Amino acid sequence: MELVLLSITNGLIQGGFFALFAVGLVLIFGVMGVVNFAHGELVMVGAYTIWLVHAQHGLAYIPALILAILLVTIIGLLMERFLFRPTRNDPLAGLICSIGVLFVLQVAATLVGGEGPSKQVPPPFHGTLVLFDFLRIPYQRLFGLGISALALGALWYFLTRTRFGWALRAVALDRDAAALQGININQISMIAIGVGAALAGLAGGLMAPLTNINPHMGHNVIITAFIVTIVGGVGSLSGAVYAAIIYALFHTFITVYFGGTVATICGLILMVLVLIVRPTGIMGVRVSE
Amino acid sequence: MNRIVTGKLKKILGGLVLLVALLVLPHLLEFHHQDLLIFLTINVLVVSSYRLVTLTGEWSLIHAVMMGVGGYTATLLFKNFELGMWFTLPLAGIVAAMVAGLLCFPLFRMTQFYFLIGSFAAGEAIRLCWIEFVNPFGGTGGLSGVEPPLIGDIDFLEPVPYFYLTLAVVSLCLLILYRIEKSRIGLTLHSVHWKAPLAESVGVDTWRYRALAFIIGSFFVGIAGGLKVHYLGTITPNQFGVGFMVFILIWVIVGGYNRFYGPIIGVVVLTLFDESIRSFDEIRPAIYGAVLILSILFLPMGLESLAARIRHWIGRASAAAGSRMTDG
Repeated sequence: MELVLLSITNGLIQGGFFALFAVGLVLIFGVMGVVNFAHGELVMVGAYTIWLVHAQHGLAYIPALILAILLVTIIGLLMERFLFRPTRNDPLAGLICSIGVLFVLQVAATLVGGEGPSKQVPPPFHGTLVLFDFLRIPYQRLFGLGISALALGALWYFLTRTRFGWALRAVALDRDAAALQGININQISMIAIGVGAALAGLAGGLMAPLTNINPHMGHNVIITAFIVTIVGGVGSLSGAVYAAIIYALFHTFITVYFGGTVATICGLILMVLVLIVRPTGIMGVRVSE
Repeated sequence: MNRIVTGKLKKILGGLVLLVALLVLPHLLEFHHQDLLIFLTINVLVVSSYRLVTLTGEWSLIHAVMMGVGGYTATLLFKNFELGMWFTLPLAGIVAAMVAGLLCFPLFRMTQFYFLIGSFAAGEAIRLCWIEFVNPFGGTGGLSGVEPPLIGDIDFLEPVPYFYLTLAVVSLCLLILYRIEKSRIGLTLHSVHWKAPLAESVGVDTWRYRALAFIIGSFFVGIAGGLKVHYLGTITPNQFGVGFMVFILIWVIVGGYNRFYGPIIGVVVLTLFDESIRSFDEIRPAIYGAVLILSILFLPMGLESLAARIRHWIGRASAAAGSRMTDG
């Protein structure tokens, strides 16, 4: 029973992180039609920034986190301006370009951090919240969950209550029609990738103290993001959030009882099943071809 | 009429020159490069078979894993049943084709983006199974102890004889792949890509042709996997991970996927390039990434389009020179 409750809380916290980077991937795909294969590397850069600035050079955690978000956002904006914009009419070209970025960022991380074992960041928040004598949640994880929820709430507000948010959703629905209405596609693409990258940087920064940091950590991130995106429905942000939580619980429980590799295999099979039964995902709407 | 004959003659002559060059080539190289030549020859088969899959317009991310399926099949058959390479190679292809045939049912319910991601997921699931089920696949460490064949007193452990063997097998496979592409089936595959609704309206079952291309492509890449493991002697799951899949994509795209020889040019040129930047070991992937981005931005039709472009430039330059002359 204690194990079950603990797994549920850990799953929920994990789900918050998953949602952060999966939502970014959905946003970029929805608005620009590009599968950003380097999205996992954006998370990795966020985590590396925390390691370098906070753990190595002693800057406080919160300013380091802001720095990580800024850096990753700038990388995202550069990708849009110089890679995705010139190749906008060819989704495959955008995908291949993002694979190129993936290589470059991995090497950059290796050069900054050096080869060798994975890096660890000591948690900046100490102490543990104890509930009912047995449920122990480190404050670090609670902080992560709180910030994830806050960021997702802010995103929801932005998309549903502001003019730019409406414009962004219009572009995701129909790019040409939006352009005809006078919406600046280039500007909206910049906003979409900026927000998506910022969320990836935030996810990386929040995960940094809880995970092993190495240049190849993006691989697992992108697999998770794909699963969450597909299960939630490509192009559906709320679907991605629900799917992130469901998948995180699913993954946590299978990891506890059968190990991590089996959990990922099951996740991938789940994704293929969803693709067969309901290719538009749990929250997706069928788009006419 | 005469022109056609000379054209054919030229082609045959060109082929003969290429063949002689390839037969002499390994004797001019040192051991390390002979090794590389064998892997390059195998990779030529990998990219050519991948091109057949992409003819229908579907970019799969499972091709590397299919090569692994062939490799593991050859390994397990060799180790458990002591079958020689003459049996393991075709069986490697057949098993890969059978796995592809099973995967067709879920995967080809999807197209485009969904197919890309679905094939990626299916491939990762297979690859993780090799890691997870230590018996019989040997886990992360993989399996070893596969040997090349022995014919009379020719020792195929040596790179030069094995290169000739690889060259023969790969040439045969390329010939078949080329014939398939130029056949009625190949033309239908093109039509499925460019005009799927029209193809359907004249009675082409697009699902069946997509599946067919996928199965044939997997058959040949399975053979490539068998060739590789018989030379290397060992097989691990990580040889067939996303990294290798990305390289296949890069070779095909940088080479240009509009013609049969485009991907072959891509793999040859990039392997030579890779060898020339060997000294920058750590940053090699970044150089690769940069080349990839630059070629997508500035050479979207691939290296094979370069020849046509240069011809175009020369034509324009001479035309400009000509007009200047008349002006003067």
